[in-house]
Amino acid sequence: MSDTKIPQGGYAARQPGHHPVALYPPYRTSVKRSPQAAPLSFPTSMGEESGPVFEHDLLGPLDADLLHNFAQDGASAIGPRIIVHGKVRDQFDRPVSGALIEVWQANAGGRYRHKKEGYIAPLDPNFGGCGRAITRDNGSYEFRTVLPGPYPWPNGPNDWRPAHIHFSLFGAGFAQRLITQMYFEGDPLIWRCPIVGSIGDKSAVERLIAPLDMNRTVPMDARAYEFNITLRGRRQTMFENRMEGL
Amino acid sequence: MNDLPETASQTAGPYVHIGCTPNFAGITGVYDEDLGARMITGDVSGERITLTGQIFDGTGTPLRDAMVEAWQADAGGLYAGQDGADPHFTGFGRCACDQDSGAFTFETVKPGATPWPQGGMQAPHITLWIVARGINLGLHTRVYFPGDPALETDPVLGRIEHRVRVQTLIAEAEKDGVYRFNIHLQGADETVFFDV
Repeated sequence: MSDTKIPQGGYAARQPGHHPVALYPPYRTSVKRSPQAAPLSFPTSMGEESGPVFEHDLLGPLDADLLHNFAQDGASAIGPRIIVHGKVRDQFDRPVSGALIEVWQANAGGRYRHKKEGYIAPLDPNFGGCGRAITRDNGSYEFRTVLPGPYPWPNGPNDWRPAHIHFSLFGAGFAQRLITQMYFEGDPLIWRCPIVGSIGDKSAVERLIAPLDMNRTVPMDARAYEFNITLRGRRQTMFENRMEGL
Repeated sequence: MNDLPETASQTAGPYVHIGCTPNFAGITGVYDEDLGARMITGDVSGERITLTGQIFDGTGTPLRDAMVEAWQADAGGLYAGQDGADPHFTGFGRCACDQDSGAFTFETVKPGATPWPQGGMQAPHITLWIVARGINLGLHTRVYFPGDPALETDPVLGRIEHRVRVQTLIAEAEKDGVYRFNIHLQGADETVFFDV
């Protein structure tokens, strides 16, 4: 791909305004888990610009199909069937191919399959809640799953998480490592959630909200949501430690 | 040049294990083994070491729901994917903290020194990335090794203005081949975290 011929320097610095703050007291667990000292900056070196490479042979045939990857033969998970798809690109609008995406979520009733979870909504015997995919050459990916339900959590006395899917991404460099959450268009819980509220910039929150995508919906089968993700990008490198053109 | 905003981070939450280490979470039969479970895949070169530690919150309580990832060079100072890198070493490890003690452990090799883009070398180090409930953006830090003369000239350690904090990045030699690296998220012993 032509992208590989672009001379690449270090990763562009993260913009703090695009991310949540570490200390956001309405999200109560952040109070004692947030560093107080400023993070230390340094220019990225090979350790930050390289990262683990995952080949497509890592994946099993059902890894991106949460409807079936934990289900008994002939069964599938209960809940509204959806496709979640999108593209991963970098800040300079270059597609990120070969990126490993891992997802996890609650079932349609808002129940996670995890021993520390005590919510009274039942487990779905045919739903595990994990999946993974690797982006194609154009940066695209796709999962099939059920629409997760909202669930209550011990933060404020009556806090409910909006329906969401957790996303973990590996780009080409460890500096691009990102974990985030995808929300669903029109969910009235989004703007009441203190985890969402840890992001001060409203437009940064809006970019986490996946719109319904009727064009990719499969009639009589599954609705679709589109979630595009932007990872950090690499600047052009300085040539032999001199500014270009000097 | 288009400069699109990076997608915002969100906390990994308490159930990160479902997606990242499902076998650890008890969700078996989906993936053969959890990603990053083995950093050494064969007859690896270099000194084998165990890196272990705990992550403490601002009250001194260990986090028991965190996930830690490691990324490092091989014994020769090369990262997986670089020409000549050790084929029996992935450089990448992932560990869910123990649900009782909060301990994380990596069976790995001691990394070699790696070049610094502006010239010179960096002291051998392992990058750690920490996510958990209550951490809104994953935390990058580095583990260095005690007694290494290269610590004096390491360009990243050299940037730490408050010199008393340098020691928060240096592991403790617990016994032969075992290094302990405790991480303090907040407070007097707070570990240095990086905005890489």
